[in-house]
Amino acid sequence: MLAPGRAKPKPTPETKHFWDGCKEGKLLLQRCGDTGKAYFPPRPFSPFTGTRNVSVFQASGRAKLHSYVIHHRPVPGFTPPYAIAVVELEEGPRMMTNIIDCEQTPEALQLDMSLEVAFVPMDEEITLPLFRPAKGA
Amino acid sequence: MIKPGEIAVVGAAETTKLGVIPEMAQIMLHADAALNAMADAGLKPSDIDGVACVGPMMPQQIAHYLGITPKWVDGTAVGGCSFMLHVRHAAAAISAGYCSTVLITHGESGRSRVAATPRPPEPESLNGQFEAPFGPLGPPTLFPIPVLRYMKTYGVTHEDLAMVSVVQREWAGKNPRAMYRDPITVEDVLNSRMIAYPFRILQCCLVTDGGGALILTSADRAKNFPTKPVYILGTGESVETTMVSQMEDFTSSRAFRVAGPTAMQMAGIKHEDVDHLMIYDAFAHLPLYGLEDLGFCKRGEAAAFIREGNTRPGGKLPLNTNGGGLSYAHTGMYGMFALQESVRQMRGTAPAQVSGAKISVCHGVGGMFSASGTVVFSNEKP
Repeated sequence: MLAPGRAKPKPTPETKHFWDGCKEGKLLLQRCGDTGKAYFPPRPFSPFTGTRNVSVFQASGRAKLHSYVIHHRPVPGFTPPYAIAVVELEEGPRMMTNIIDCEQTPEALQLDMSLEVAFVPMDEEITLPLFRPAKGA
Repeated sequence: MIKPGEIAVVGAAETTKLGVIPEMAQIMLHADAALNAMADAGLKPSDIDGVACVGPMMPQQIAHYLGITPKWVDGTAVGGCSFMLHVRHAAAAISAGYCSTVLITHGESGRSRVAATPRPPEPESLNGQFEAPFGPLGPPTLFPIPVLRYMKTYGVTHEDLAMVSVVQREWAGKNPRAMYRDPITVEDVLNSRMIAYPFRILQCCLVTDGGGALILTSADRAKNFPTKPVYILGTGESVETTMVSQMEDFTSSRAFRVAGPTAMQMAGIKHEDVDHLMIYDAFAHLPLYGLEDLGFCKRGEAAAFIREGNTRPGGKLPLNTNGGGLSYAHTGMYGMFALQESVRQMRGTAPAQVSGAKISVCHGVGGMFSASGTVVFSNEKP
């Protein structure tokens, strides 16, 4: 369970499947029916072509560290210094997250390092998709 | 299509005080700047028939507070470059005959927070769902997120990024109204307090109170005003995303690549024609992205361009000559102050005047690479 104090997301009809997926331990992305390309954040149409012909699928959970900052000031729910990261999922889309089970230092956090998703509950309603260094990486 | 030089700036001013102004509510900062700009142009509120300012319900608040009955309003709010978009929209409106004299105002109690606008993301917004839970605390934690990717892609060093702040402080040292004027070194920057690695406090913009206002009218009327007209040659605008995590390319801004070239093409100018450049510097990486995305440097070459002294006093491309958001002032929406410096340079009244400057490009960012607006000014009508 995450420390209390973080800003808590409030799902909308367009994003509910994503947050339900996180609770079940699944990282759900969507795919454009015209191009086959995956996209994020969730919406019931393709940002590439505008088609409503889209499908939900489970992502592998594998990602690479694309970029980050290490924040040094206090924020409710966090112990500084902590990294605010953007990861690039194997399927293409990028998402903001935190990196766990890893020292929050420039030396430990190397760009392009392999990561895997880790689902950590905030409370009984919301589980966040965080990332940790991939096993065997 | 509007022609280069068809519209001109005939009034321009900042708030009487700049920096720390706890004695004024935010709306009064708008009004103080507006009254100064009207005095500059020799106009009264009854002479103004168009109003632009940032935000929902703001044009009516400002128009009523100042006693203006507008025929045209614009509340475009895309962040700190909104004023560049206001200039573009106002020029089009005047050209179309919707109004004749537009007042654009900015006031922000960014530091003292007297009747200021709150800015938390709603928890059901996309930012609230997909960025806020991961611990950002305002722009210093979000805007620099792409920087490490830029550094790795182009081999840019921490020292290179520190140079941006050093050079801008050189300009600020020439400006009595700049908040910070003492010279700094690369070592000073790299030893300053860490905010959000890789950026330290001297690579983050100031947080100040203040405001500014501009008055635009058609060029044929402009010659009857007390100040030297500053002509608008070209303008551009674009937006990308409110979520920095979703920007298409972490080493370049799509919004910059649309707004900048649109403005320069409309103006009919080439890079070598530009005598003076403003690039909204909320953080130290912005001038690098701006120089490259507007085509003043090739991709990955802006850090070397700055390091070699091209943008410092005496360099071939004077950049952010008021000291910028890093040293001059930054209320939260700095774009108005960049525009004011371009106008001063074109009038020949800037504290660090670029001798003989005839063309100024003023480039703004809104949000975290979320939006962009560019204005090309000249003191000569084409």
